Amino acid sequence: MLRLEKRPSPSRFWQGATPVLAVVLTMIAGGIMFALLGKNPVEAIRTIFWDPLFNAQYASYSRPQLLVKAGPLILIATGLSLGFRAGIWNIGAEGQYIMGAIFGAGVGLALYPVETRLVFPLMIVAGIFGGWLWAMIPAILKTRFRTNEILVSLLLVYVAQNILASMALGLMKNPEGGGFPGSRNLSQIPSMANPELIPGTGLHWGVVAAIIVVIAAYIMLQRHILGFQIKLAGQAPRAARFAGVSPERLTVLCMGISGGLAGLAGLFEVTGPAGQISIDFNTGYGFTAIIVAFLGRLNPLGILLAGLLMALTYIGGELASFTLGLPSAAIQAFQGMLLFFLLAVDLLTNFRIRFGTKKEAV
Amino acid sequence: MQRRSILKGGAALGFATMMGGKLAFAQGLEKVKAGFIYVGPIGDGGWTFQHHQGALAVQQEYGDKVEVVWQENVPEGADAERALTQMALSGCNIIFTTSFGYMDATNAVAAKFPDVKFEHATGYKRDSANVSTYNARFYEGRAVQGHIAGKMTKTNKIGYIGSFPIPEVVMGINSYYLHAKKANPAVELSVVWAFTWFDPAKEADAAKALIDQGVDVIASHTDSTAPLAEAAKTEGKVIGFGQASDMSEYKPSPRVSSIIDNWAPYYIKRVGALLDGSYAQVDVWEGIGGGEVQIGEITDAVPADVKAEAEALRDSIGAGTYHPFTGPINKQDGSAWLAEGATAPDGELLGMNFYVEGITGDIPS
Repeated sequence: MLRLEKRPSPSRFWQGATPVLAVVLTMIAGGIMFALLGKNPVEAIRTIFWDPLFNAQYASYSRPQLLVKAGPLILIATGLSLGFRAGIWNIGAEGQYIMGAIFGAGVGLALYPVETRLVFPLMIVAGIFGGWLWAMIPAILKTRFRTNEILVSLLLVYVAQNILASMALGLMKNPEGGGFPGSRNLSQIPSMANPELIPGTGLHWGVVAAIIVVIAAYIMLQRHILGFQIKLAGQAPRAARFAGVSPERLTVLCMGISGGLAGLAGLFEVTGPAGQISIDFNTGYGFTAIIVAFLGRLNPLGILLAGLLMALTYIGGELASFTLGLPSAAIQAFQGMLLFFLLAVDLLTNFRIRFGTKKEAV
Repeated sequence: MQRRSILKGGAALGFATMMGGKLAFAQGLEKVKAGFIYVGPIGDGGWTFQHHQGALAVQQEYGDKVEVVWQENVPEGADAERALTQMALSGCNIIFTTSFGYMDATNAVAAKFPDVKFEHATGYKRDSANVSTYNARFYEGRAVQGHIAGKMTKTNKIGYIGSFPIPEVVMGINSYYLHAKKANPAVELSVVWAFTWFDPAKEADAAKALIDQGVDVIASHTDSTAPLAEAAKTEGKVIGFGQASDMSEYKPSPRVSSIIDNWAPYYIKRVGALLDGSYAQVDVWEGIGGGEVQIGEITDAVPADVKAEAEALRDSIGAGTYHPFTGPINKQDGSAWLAEGATAPDGELLGMNFYVEGITGDIPS
C-alpha cells in the first residue's frame, strides 16, 4: 500500500527535481493525447521541444523569437513571485500589463511627433506607473477594507480590457488610420520604438530588463532585508509580525512591484513586438506568467528557465499546429498539463512516499 | 461584370518591376504549398469554418499538386507575425490570412518573403507586390436580411450584434437598417457591440441583452452560432440569421435565412493561378453576383410573399441592377450623403464610419 509521510522539512532534492519530472510527465501524457488524436507522438514532441531550437529550417528565426516571447513572461513572473512568496496573490497582472501599455503609449502619443530619443525613457516611467497604479487599487482596498486581492485584481483585468478597447477606438486611434481601430504603430516611430537591439537575436529592451530584474530579485531575496521579510511572511506569518514586518506595508510593496513590472512588460510589448494599442493587444502574458512563476519555483533563476521553457512550448506548439495539423486546443491542453503535473509532483517536496502499512507512530 | 479589379498605379508598377526581375513567375509551379491562418477555431461553425471549407476545397480540386496547412486561433498582433513567418519558412508558396487584424503582420512578413504570395482577407493594405487583398460585399446580403427583418418583426424592434466598429461592420448595419426601414417604416434598430469576433459567451450575452429590450429579429456580425442558440430558447418569438456559414442546424427557425461566405472558388482560382503561372496581384471585392456572398435558403417560417420579395431583392443585387446604397440617403446627423439615384462609391463604403439617418446610438469611438 502507498502512504504519504510528511517530511520534517521540504526536500531540497525534490525542490529541484519536480519541475524536470513534471516536464517529463507532460511529455508522456501529452504524447498519449497526440497519439489518440492520430498524430505521431514522437514527432509531435520533437516538433514542440526540438524544432524551434535546432531545426535548420526554423531555428534561426524561432530561437530569437524565444526571447521575444519569454521576455514579458519572465518580467511579469518575477514580480508576481515576490508577492506569491509572501502570500499576496496578485492574479491581475494581465490588467496591469494592459495599463502599463496604455500609460506608456499615451505619453508617447501625446508627445508625437517629438523626435528626441528622450521620449522612450519617459514612456518607460509612465508604463511602470500605469501598472503600479492598477495594482495599488487591490492593494489599498485590501489594506484598508480587507477586500480579497485575488478577486479585485482579477476583476480589474476586465476593466482594463474595456479601457483598452475604448483607447483603441477613441482617444488613441490613429488619425491617419482611415477610421480603423488601433493607435499609430509605435514600433515604426524612431523616438518611441523598442527595436531589436542586435539584429537576428530577438534581444529588445524588454529582454534586457527581464534579465536585470531576475538578477535584482535574486540578490534582494538572498541579501536584502526586504527579501528576508517576504520569505518570512510567507513561511511564518506570525513570526513575521513579531519580527516587526508590517503586513500592510508588505502588501503595498509586493503588489506595487509586481504591478510595475507587469506595466513595464506591457510598455516594451506595445512599443516593440505588438507595435500598437489595439483591441486585442493583450494575449494572456499576465495569466501565463502565473504558471511560469510556479514552474520556476518562485525563484528568479528558476523563473528565467521556466519562462524560456514556456516560450518554447508556445513557439513549438505553433509549429506543431500547422506542420502536423494539431488542433490549437490540444496545444493549450498540453501547456495546461505542465502546470497540473507540476502541482501534482510538488507533493514529493513535502511528503515522502512509503510502501507498506503504517507502523507505529513515531 | 468585372470579375476582378487589378490594381493600378504604384503597386502595379512595383509588380511589373518584379516581373522583369523574376521571370520564373510566369512558368507556374509544379506543386503548391498553401497556408491558411485562422482567427478562430475551425469548429466555430461560422467565419473560420467557411474559410476552412475553402481550404479543403483547394485540396479536393488539385489533389497531389497542392499541400494545404493551417493554423487556427492565431491572435491578431505580434503572434500573427510569427505564425506567418514560420509558415513562410516551412515552404508555403501562398498564405491566406483570413482576418482583418492580420493586416500589418501580413504586410510586414510579405516584405521579408518576396517569393511567397500573401492574400489578406478584408484588408486594404498592399504594401508590396506579393500582397493581394480579397473581400466579399457582405452588405449586399445584409440588404436581403434587413428586408426580411423589417417584414417579420412584430415588436418593430430589430437588433444587430456588432463585432468591432470598423467600416466593414458599420456598412453591414447601415444596409440592414435601410432595407428594414424600407420594408417597415416603424422599425427601430438596436446595436450591441461584442468587441470580439469569436466568443460564444459574449455573443450570447449580447443576444440576451437585445431580447430583453424586446427585439425579435437578431442579425449578428460575429462568428459563432451562440446568438441563434439564444434565439432558439424563446420558443419561436425571436428569429435570426446564419452568419458566415449557413448554420442550418437552426432551421427552419430561429434561423430563417443566412449569409454564406463562399471562399472556395476564390481560393481554387488563386492556387490554380500559381500552378499555371498566371498569378497576379489583385484587389477583389465580389458580392452576390460573383458568388462569394450567397443567401442561404429562406425557410417556411417566412411568409411566401416576403420570401419572394427577398429573393427578388437578392436577384436584382446579383444582376447589378440595384445597389443597396442608392440615394437619397442622409447621415445620422441629417446631413446629405447620397443624392437621389446616386450609389455609394466603393471608397466611401470601405471607410464608412457613420450611421445612416434613423439609427439611434453612437458608433463607439
